[in-house]
Amino acid sequence: MCSLAFFPPPLSPGKITLCETNNELVSTESCQKQDYGPLSLYFPRESLKPHSRTENSSKAAFLQHSETLWIRSATSWREAGLTGLLEEIVNSSTEAPKWLSVSSGCVLALLQRVSSLHGALFPHLKLSSENMIAEFSQVLNWSDCAVRAFAWHPHTEKFAVALLDDSIKIYNPKSATPPTLKHRLQRSVASVQWKPLCASALAVACQTCLLVWHVDPCSLSIRPSSGCAQVLSHPGHSPVTSIAWSPSGSLLVSASPVDTSMMVWDVAAESSVPLQRVGGGGVSFLSWSPDGSHVLAATPAPLFRVWETRMWTCERWPSLKGRCESGCWSPDGSRLLFTIQGEAVIYSLTFSDTTGTMKGSKAAAVVADLSETTFTTPAGDIIVGGEVQLLAWDPRGERLAVLLKGDSEAAARPAMIAVFKTRNDPIFELLPCGFIQGEPGAEPRLMQFSPNFPHGAMLTVCWSNGRITHVPFYFLSAGVPHLGLNGSPAMPQPEERLVDHGNSTLFTELCS
Amino acid sequence: MFSAEQNCWFVRKVVCWRAAASIAWAVLLLPPVTALFVVLSRVSLFHPIEWITECLSILTSASTMFSFVLLCGVVVVVGFFNLEYYTVTPSIACSKIALLAQLLHPRQCLHAVVHCIMGVIVAWCCAFTIGPRYQNLASVCTLVDGDPQLCLNEYHLVLILFGAFVGYSHSLFGVMHNMNYVPFHAVQQYKYLRFKGNLPLVVKCSAIQSLYFTRNFLAVYFFLGYIPRSWLCDTLSLQSNRFVLLVVPYLLITHACIVHSIREVLHIFSFRAPDRDPYLIGHYIYMCSSMVHPSLPSSLNPLDSIAGLLDLAMLYHLWISGTFLLLTWYLTVLLFRVFVTEVYNFPVQSAFTEQADRCLPKVLPGQQPMVLKFLALQDLALLSQHAPSRRAQVFSLSQPGGHPHNWNALSSECLSLLADLTQRLVAHHETVAINGRAKLHSAGSDKKSVSSDSSGLSATQDISTPRSAFLRSAGAAAPMSPNTGPFTSDLDSPFSSRALRRLAPHLVPSSPWSETVQSPHLLRRGPQLWSASTDTRTSGSLSPSPTSAPCPHPAESKPSPVTQFLHNRKEQVKHFLGRRVLVMYLFNKLPEASSQALFADSQSHIWALEGLSHLVAASFTEDKFGVVQTTLPSILGSMLVLQEAVDRHFKLPHASSKPLRSACSMGDCTSKTLRFALRATLKTAIYRITTTFGHHLNAIKMSAEHRKRLQQFLEYKE
Repeated sequence: MCSLAFFPPPLSPGKITLCETNNELVSTESCQKQDYGPLSLYFPRESLKPHSRTENSSKAAFLQHSETLWIRSATSWREAGLTGLLEEIVNSSTEAPKWLSVSSGCVLALLQRVSSLHGALFPHLKLSSENMIAEFSQVLNWSDCAVRAFAWHPHTEKFAVALLDDSIKIYNPKSATPPTLKHRLQRSVASVQWKPLCASALAVACQTCLLVWHVDPCSLSIRPSSGCAQVLSHPGHSPVTSIAWSPSGSLLVSASPVDTSMMVWDVAAESSVPLQRVGGGGVSFLSWSPDGSHVLAATPAPLFRVWETRMWTCERWPSLKGRCESGCWSPDGSRLLFTIQGEAVIYSLTFSDTTGTMKGSKAAAVVADLSETTFTTPAGDIIVGGEVQLLAWDPRGERLAVLLKGDSEAAARPAMIAVFKTRNDPIFELLPCGFIQGEPGAEPRLMQFSPNFPHGAMLTVCWSNGRITHVPFYFLSAGVPHLGLNGSPAMPQPEERLVDHGNSTLFTELCS
Repeated sequence: MFSAEQNCWFVRKVVCWRAAASIAWAVLLLPPVTALFVVLSRVSLFHPIEWITECLSILTSASTMFSFVLLCGVVVVVGFFNLEYYTVTPSIACSKIALLAQLLHPRQCLHAVVHCIMGVIVAWCCAFTIGPRYQNLASVCTLVDGDPQLCLNEYHLVLILFGAFVGYSHSLFGVMHNMNYVPFHAVQQYKYLRFKGNLPLVVKCSAIQSLYFTRNFLAVYFFLGYIPRSWLCDTLSLQSNRFVLLVVPYLLITHACIVHSIREVLHIFSFRAPDRDPYLIGHYIYMCSSMVHPSLPSSLNPLDSIAGLLDLAMLYHLWISGTFLLLTWYLTVLLFRVFVTEVYNFPVQSAFTEQADRCLPKVLPGQQPMVLKFLALQDLALLSQHAPSRRAQVFSLSQPGGHPHNWNALSSECLSLLADLTQRLVAHHETVAINGRAKLHSAGSDKKSVSSDSSGLSATQDISTPRSAFLRSAGAAAPMSPNTGPFTSDLDSPFSSRALRRLAPHLVPSSPWSETVQSPHLLRRGPQLWSASTDTRTSGSLSPSPTSAPCPHPAESKPSPVTQFLHNRKEQVKHFLGRRVLVMYLFNKLPEASSQALFADSQSHIWALEGLSHLVAASFTEDKFGVVQTTLPSILGSMLVLQEAVDRHFKLPHASSKPLRSACSMGDCTSKTLRFALRATLKTAIYRITTTFGHHLNAIKMSAEHRKRLQQFLEYKE
């Protein structure tokens, strides 16, 4: 089992990780060299205005209260449902008949009792929707982060960035002006993802609904109209905190911590099939395995499920300590790594799926120990380790990046990205690679591996100061190609240079 | 050929059994639903203990057993009708008249009548269980002189009529919302889970639908309720003999059941005294009713008044009875859909000769029954994604000879499906284009004539009455009847093509006549009036409407004087008719209906595309003999041609407009969006192939145009 103690110590402050080459991480002093092409971006936090208007606070200030009770009741019924209607009647007890206001007061009290009981069972239901997104989003410290979501296109060199001001920009190295996507319903973006096997469709998880943008890659328009977006919504299914496209591009699943059912959308037909399992009180995080055979669905309770996607049945994994915080799949979909809130370890589950039924390991194995470790650097002691925010595995299954939460209060315990070298065949192995550090004072908030980097792997990191950088790992793939042994054909990578080095150490190539 | 035989085995061995299983489950679900209905219909919050004991006693009584048997019969009949009337391709009416024809089709009339009767039976059972207020058609009432006598219980009548109304409305809605269409889902689930997932929707749906039906029924009863009531009263009071013949057995059965014994019914009917007096029987009834229910409500105030209909208890009972009725029927429909759309595994190849006809390559090309073809295509799409071993069978070679028969049969059938759709789309596009071009041509000549005319007109000519100008320009063309009137509305008439409606203002933007003047040439072109029916014909004669016999385009034929004359007459008649509001309303083409009708069976094309593309993608690693490579150019070619046709189709007006989503109905929503699903699937399918093969596709021979298109896909620019 690998632990952080085997890692090389972090760099002294002021040094920045540049890339990995010749089996070691290269660092540099200056910031300029780190740029990878035109795609290194900087979004200063000050330039972005967060969307500060909340729907309820301004309502009383502007609305003329001259309408009759019935019109107001109808409005509040439409806006806030039964509870809103009852509240409106109770608040305007002078106008309403006495029996009505008294009885609705009773019903309202009863409803509040029931909901408080429900909230006692599932504490996350008491959160406001913004706080809920912040709690369950994959971004560290989501509410204060300039970059709220990030997604590489699975096939081409372009990516989408969701910013604090609820806009989404699409960057492409070939075009100078990035299109900006804005929509009335695009609020508090928790996650974005491109549709596989499609050039244009981008799914966005918003506070109230799900948007699917169709951005024509040939269009020169800078502001695509909101007519390009499909709105998918289902009553009771908001806020949406996680979405996942099937790797075959046909289905989209979405999850909300409030809704016990996760939705499987047929996006073109705008129809959805709810898959309901009551336990857990909601679904907070979804991850579809790259071979398309399984979906990980984490709940806010200490429980997660693994669905198989042929008949949509699920395996229940009641974990012990806390909720499943993050998870990632190996490229062939046979291994799932996940982390638990409150535990500083990485668990692993294996699935061998040949006939559509799940035959996996009976218990999760601990594969890495991330407990706090003190490193002595010239600038003083740094404590690294603890809970994990996010896991990311590169598309070849050779590097695993782990975003450690750290402690935002203590300066000696920064959030940190630790990178492991991994090998899935013949036995699963994790080897230490190193820590990735950015500019002084900048903490990593979000990371994702680029899906098609020809020379190894490339990790894109969004930092707390609003910078997006790319850290390439140059290596030659040592694994054998995974032919379609499992249910669905693995996506072949045409450019992949396969060099079989047997059991030798990781081979590297020199980069200029 | 063998299709008849195939038809036999599949319908006999699979579909019928599935339908039977669904009906059996529906019957098994009936007791809990009935119990729920009894509990809810007798709800009284202030006497909970009384309520529960009452419910228990009702549920265990013999009368409930009797009505339960009746309800089972109803469910079986409804299930049988589901089996007989279901379809996998929705029938889409292109105009109101086509919809009307569907409604008046004898088959549909039978459906409506039977459902009406079933509704009456269910309502009768409901009247039984709800309580004494509804139980009898006749009740004892006290008139002014204090003499008790029998009079009509209107509550019972209302409930029975409501049942008939709901039954008929259900049948009507079934046609309008394509409730007999069985949609297939993109997500496969086990039957129980699918049923469970849909159950809340069905309950919600039936409750809401029942609310609407109650509202409609009350409106109808308010205006027309006096007819059945007065008829019944007349029968009761004036023609007592007929009354006895008709009504007394009914009352006796009712009463005997209330008195909790079926035996009593038999006893009454076996009581064959020669001098059986109607009065005696009536007296017996009176005694009975006064014994069991001493206080029957009187029906002195008629119910078709506002005060009478606003009886909250009655409204609640009507609503809950309607919900119960719809729920049992919807459950039957839901179960039928769940069972029929279940995946059926066809073997790819079989070692036994008797099973050879049931293998996928043999089953797929058959045309009838459609459900067999759909299930076979679904199975193909699934095996191409999830079953490596079955894929290997598809890629295998025949043992003596070494021919890839399986792959050839499957791929050629899928390709022919795609080619069929392409052809349909091109034909549709061409008819629209011909309409547009004819218009364009006539509009062009029109512009000339108008401009020459308008030069001669004085400036003071009243623009709002362009009739004189029209008559002048039309004078040589055709003898016009005075009925033609001003042509100001022509551009908005149902008979002008939408394409022209867009074109016309652009053609002659400077002329003040552009909006108002049209030449009669325009009217001679293939009339849009009948094009709705040609659309239904192209979509595989979906609607069984007798009026959909299409009229051939007359504009194409070489005109002889006689035909010219006839033609002109016909045009005049059509034109005359087109001016009448009702005709216009009936023949008015529903927007986007033609587009929906074109893609009505696109679920099969979606599966064909998915199956083909997944098989081709899998062949990159799994196809040992290279059987797929030989057909790869034609697959890519047909996909690209289809892509082009679909792109062109979506540029037509109304083709890309999204239908309004009905939040809650048992009808289909998916059939209306099939074209969007097809477009997305097509693109994904091409991308799947290009992503898998990458630059290897450059080695494939294909036309320059296709290569250019493919390059777009390879660069992710589509």
